[in-house]
Amino acid sequence: MREFWRRYKRNKGAVVGLVILLLVILLALLAPVLFPGSPWDMVAAPFVPPGEMGMLLGADSLGRDVAAGIAHGARISLLVGAVSTAAALLLGVTLGALAGYLGGLADDAVMRFTEFFQTIPSFVLAILLVAIFTPSIGSVVFAIAVVSWPPVARVVRAEFLSLRSREFVQAAEVLGKSRLSIMVGDILPNALSPIVVLSSLMVATAILLESALSFLGLGDPNLMTWGYLIGSGRSVIRLAWWMSVFPGIAIFLTVLALNLVGEGLSDALNPRLARQRGGAA
Amino acid sequence: MTISRRGLMAATAAAPVLMRVQDALAQGVTPRRGGTLATILTPEPPVLQIGVNNQGPTIVAATKMFQGLLTFTPKLEPIPLLAKSWTVSPDKREYTFRLQENVKFHDGRPMTADDVIFSIMRFHMDLAPRARAIFQMIETATAPDPHTVRLVLKQPFEPFLLMLDASASAIVPKHLFDGQDFRTAPAVQRPVGTGPFRFAEWQRGNFIRLERFDDYWKPGQPYLDAIIYRIIPDSQSRRLAIETGQAQLTQANDIEPFDVPQLRSRPNLEVQTTGWEYFAPLSWIELNHRVKPLDDMRVRQAMSMAIDRNFIAQRLWFGIGKPATNPIASTTRFHDATVKLAARDLRAAAALLDAAGLRPDAQGTRFTIKHLVLPYGEIWSRLGEYLRQSLRQIGIAVELESTDAGSWARRVANWEYETTLNFVYQYGDPTLGVERTYVSTNIQKVTFANTGGYSNPRVDELFARARTAVTPEDRQAAFSEVQKILVQEVPQIWLMEMTFPTIHDRRLRNVITTGLGVHSSFDDVFLAS
Repeated sequence: MREFWRRYKRNKGAVVGLVILLLVILLALLAPVLFPGSPWDMVAAPFVPPGEMGMLLGADSLGRDVAAGIAHGARISLLVGAVSTAAALLLGVTLGALAGYLGGLADDAVMRFTEFFQTIPSFVLAILLVAIFTPSIGSVVFAIAVVSWPPVARVVRAEFLSLRSREFVQAAEVLGKSRLSIMVGDILPNALSPIVVLSSLMVATAILLESALSFLGLGDPNLMTWGYLIGSGRSVIRLAWWMSVFPGIAIFLTVLALNLVGEGLSDALNPRLARQRGGAA
Repeated sequence: MTISRRGLMAATAAAPVLMRVQDALAQGVTPRRGGTLATILTPEPPVLQIGVNNQGPTIVAATKMFQGLLTFTPKLEPIPLLAKSWTVSPDKREYTFRLQENVKFHDGRPMTADDVIFSIMRFHMDLAPRARAIFQMIETATAPDPHTVRLVLKQPFEPFLLMLDASASAIVPKHLFDGQDFRTAPAVQRPVGTGPFRFAEWQRGNFIRLERFDDYWKPGQPYLDAIIYRIIPDSQSRRLAIETGQAQLTQANDIEPFDVPQLRSRPNLEVQTTGWEYFAPLSWIELNHRVKPLDDMRVRQAMSMAIDRNFIAQRLWFGIGKPATNPIASTTRFHDATVKLAARDLRAAAALLDAAGLRPDAQGTRFTIKHLVLPYGEIWSRLGEYLRQSLRQIGIAVELESTDAGSWARRVANWEYETTLNFVYQYGDPTLGVERTYVSTNIQKVTFANTGGYSNPRVDELFARARTAVTPEDRQAAFSEVQKILVQEVPQIWLMEMTFPTIHDRRLRNVITTGLGVHSSFDDVFLAS
């Protein structure tokens, strides 16, 4: 673990990313303390500019505090990012592992199924799913998970394909271990590093997807999210720039932080790659 | 008998038409011939034949090509148009119209009483449900001579004249429709009317061009050479078009309310919100009375008291529209200004809910209801959010549900909602546009019927009496009482008397002169130099 942290630390960007990410998580956790009450409450006059009337980041068209919206929105954005990534991982890892380990007909079937999802533009599919199941937090998470799992399945399949023929797997087979226990107990731990890296990037993508859906008015109408804030500020951007700019910065920073963290993880988990990259630079 | 009828001849109303030109002269601006008006139409209509399609955009453009027998002042008094005068018999059943004599259709054929009778009794009767409901009351329609039409009603119907505007019964050429399917006749694609502008070109998705009709029956008019309706789907592009002068006029839904304050401050543009008196849309929170506790009058009263209608009109609609005071809009006939909704009062609202037995729980919630957001654009979503926070203050938790336009119409028509938002045109008279929302005989699974399911025998009786009463005084008495009852029982929670901004270049004159605003023929509109 200490070795891991030492390697992670070498990537300065990754450390910055981690700090930003921790700050965002802290903001989400402290939202009810910093901004008690609902972010929907109309606490000021409409369109109060940043800094006036106690509105740090200004007020929106109904006099709601944009800062409170961003803090409470962080909870929803992070939650959606985490839950939908977890769901996509569950599906993607299961299918990828089966395809990669079993091979043959099962591999063909799973990969054709995966390609079917990959050929549909993922954002269009997400819009369609949310529209069909009516916008709610559940349908948004479901839609994001459905469009995000195929890359996971492909990566996991590739790892399993290469690991399956290694000697430690053959040894486990000779020992008479069940297929399930080989997949979960022997191969999966060795395939974990690309999954971890991928998942940090998936959380970022999921946050972007959720924001895009909310921006289009397809978010849960009862939950304050960053995409909703930008969407509702878009039409009055010439009147109240702060309504879309600050939530935009929040999304930008969070997604950037997740990408930096992902890169740091990748360096830390694949030391050889990192050294090569360092040498080239 | 005939003499007395002629004696009643309403020679009154030729005056306003002349006066408008005189007004312009008085201001030192002589109407100028020439120039093309570039304007905008949103969204693009499917066809331009009134009757086949009666949606907003169709009516805006088609009223330049088609005219009715009458039109109306902002106070909804009739102005002669294709009918130069008319008489009503003492028993209020016979209407006799003298038609203008030199009116030609755009194909050169003269317009006669036959065309008028065909338009009313067959064309609109077949095509338009709203016209059918009223024109069914016509017992006989005859033409004593080619320029006289006599309509005899089965029973007196005081608001009858309001149905004779172009938006409800435009006069169409009989010779191009008779014996054909009205919806598929060739004239539907190339409209032919009597209006000051004739159809020239329509590039789908791009523009509609109307040209000056040189044989128009008013000598010297129209003043404009052409009108071009550009189709611009994006609201910010429409705003840019009026800002940069590419368009000289926007109307109806072209410009979003939040863009209006900035356009108001432009010295070369004029913003008007009049010209919607005939349609007078009123918005309200639509309550489904089958959902408990919305059947309890005290709950509805409390909800109404929790809402700040001024905030809605000023902050959400930027002053385009004004707070509703009762179920009949103030520009509609028989609005009783003395009957007013209870003012905003959160404490009284809470007391009413307590009295209804709805006590707050540990979280302060008395009950939870769902609200189906009206999917007509962002401003309605904001209104839904505003209502949720307002009702939260008196302990009512509102859960918002999103939906698309098609599902909204289906769910409201099938009574599958708890609360939603709605707005309905009043068409100048409570019998024509208000009655349908409150009478129990109209509890139907159809949009814009009494979908809420409100029922009060006394209200039914009063609306029925007002429908058949002969004199305006009797009708006023019935409508005043009905307004008092409705304001007390709050079957729907009225929010705002809506209107739409008409924004135009200051050089464009006479844009809004009637109660139909931009839905007039524009034969007196001109571009000053």
